[in-house]
Amino acid sequence: MKPTRLLAIISLSAITAGIVVTAMADDDRRYSDSWGAKTLPGVAPVDLPLYQDECGSCHMAYQPGLLPAPSWEKLMSGLDDHFGENAELPENERQTILNYLLDNAAGRSNYRASNKLMRNIRGAPIRITELPYFVHEHREIPSRLVTGNPKVRSLSYCNACHTQANKGSYDEHQIYIPGYGRYDD
Amino acid sequence: MNEIKKFVATGLTIAGMCYGSIALSQTKAGEALLDRYASAGAKNFSAARGEALWNQKFTHAKSGQKRSCTTCHTSDLRKPGKHARTGKIIEPLAPSVNATRLSNEKKIEKWFLRNCKWTLGRKCTPQEKGDFLSYMSNQ
Ligand code: HEC
Ligand code: HEC
Repeated sequence: MKPTRLLAIISLSAITAGIVVTAMADDDRRYSDSWGAKTLPGVAPVDLPLYQDECGSCHMAYQPGLLPAPSWEKLMSGLDDHFGENAELPENERQTILNYLLDNAAGRSNYRASNKLMRNIRGAPIRITELPYFVHEHREIPSRLVTGNPKVRSLSYCNACHTQANKGSYDEHQIYIPGYGRYDD
Repeated sequence: MNEIKKFVATGLTIAGMCYGSIALSQTKAGEALLDRYASAGAKNFSAARGEALWNQKFTHAKSGQKRSCTTCHTSDLRKPGKHARTGKIIEPLAPSVNATRLSNEKKIEKWFLRNCKWTLGRKCTPQEKGDFLSYMSNQ
């Protein structure tokens, strides 16, 4: 085979491969914010017992994939005044937990809900409930079912409505609002 | 000679029994902490004083809110409590109904630090912590 022929074949196949890849990427963009075929549903479940214990004592242990890294960094630097509570930790534990949060933050793991929560974020909000995608998804729930509902109190308590929140699943078919029932729209 | 041995053995048994009955009313972790508080100058720990402090109301400087240990834990340690803000259920603190309680020195100290600051607006003294432990461990 002549070298020019070989070159032609190689470049042709490279172009074809390029087209296929582009087509796949387009396809993905249409259906979800995924990085590729391996996007998993929801957010990654918590798998560090220290985190579960320390950050799950006053509220559910929020999965690391619910906030981006700069947000976790900011939140973890002010634990002595944590939304008006004292959540101080010994320095070695704080460091272990911070590293865990940073390694698994939204934007650093390929889960569908994490990817969506990353949309349009400005700065480093330390509340999940202030992220634009979160606000958008919950804007239609009447306040009497949330702040006016003693069994919910605030949107911060994900597991009050998302029955599988502790496992990292926020599927819209697994929502049950106390005093209201299944939420299907 | 035998007499003396017997005497010593009886003495040891009695001492052991006394020690055993003290240990009954205090967990191992609690015992270690009481020793530490004592070496920091605290003495004569009192369950009654601990109970009074448990129920005492303090005014939060910033909000004017009344706060006490009972705000989240209720005045019956054998019953579950509820986090005042988040509503999360807090399992009972009394070792008699929840064997995992007061079993870890670090955990006890961590929550004393956080919750004294939240409730009293300051750290608790070794005396106060010892009084709390004497009260709580007997519930
Ligand atoms: C002493 C109790 C306590 C501990 C311990 C605690 N938190 Fe919180 N946390 C709170 C309270 C109270 C709020 C505010 C809830 C509200 O506004 O209704 C909160 C809110 C949050 C929020 C914001 C939720 C939202 O509204 O989007 C995040 C994120 C959070 N905590 C993470 C953590 C992490 C990480 C840890 C472990 C390092 C931790 N928390 C430990 C009490 C605690
Ligand atoms: C008052 C109940 C309630 C609370 C509390 C709540 N949610 Fe939701 N959430 C809903 C409802 C209802 C929807 C569905 C909205 C719709 O489909 O129109 C939803 C939708 C979602 C979605 C999109 C699901 C999908 O499949 O499209 C995510 C992700 C989510 N919530 C995460 C959270 C997180 C994280 C928290 C806690 C920080 C939380 N929610 C707290 C009720 C709640």
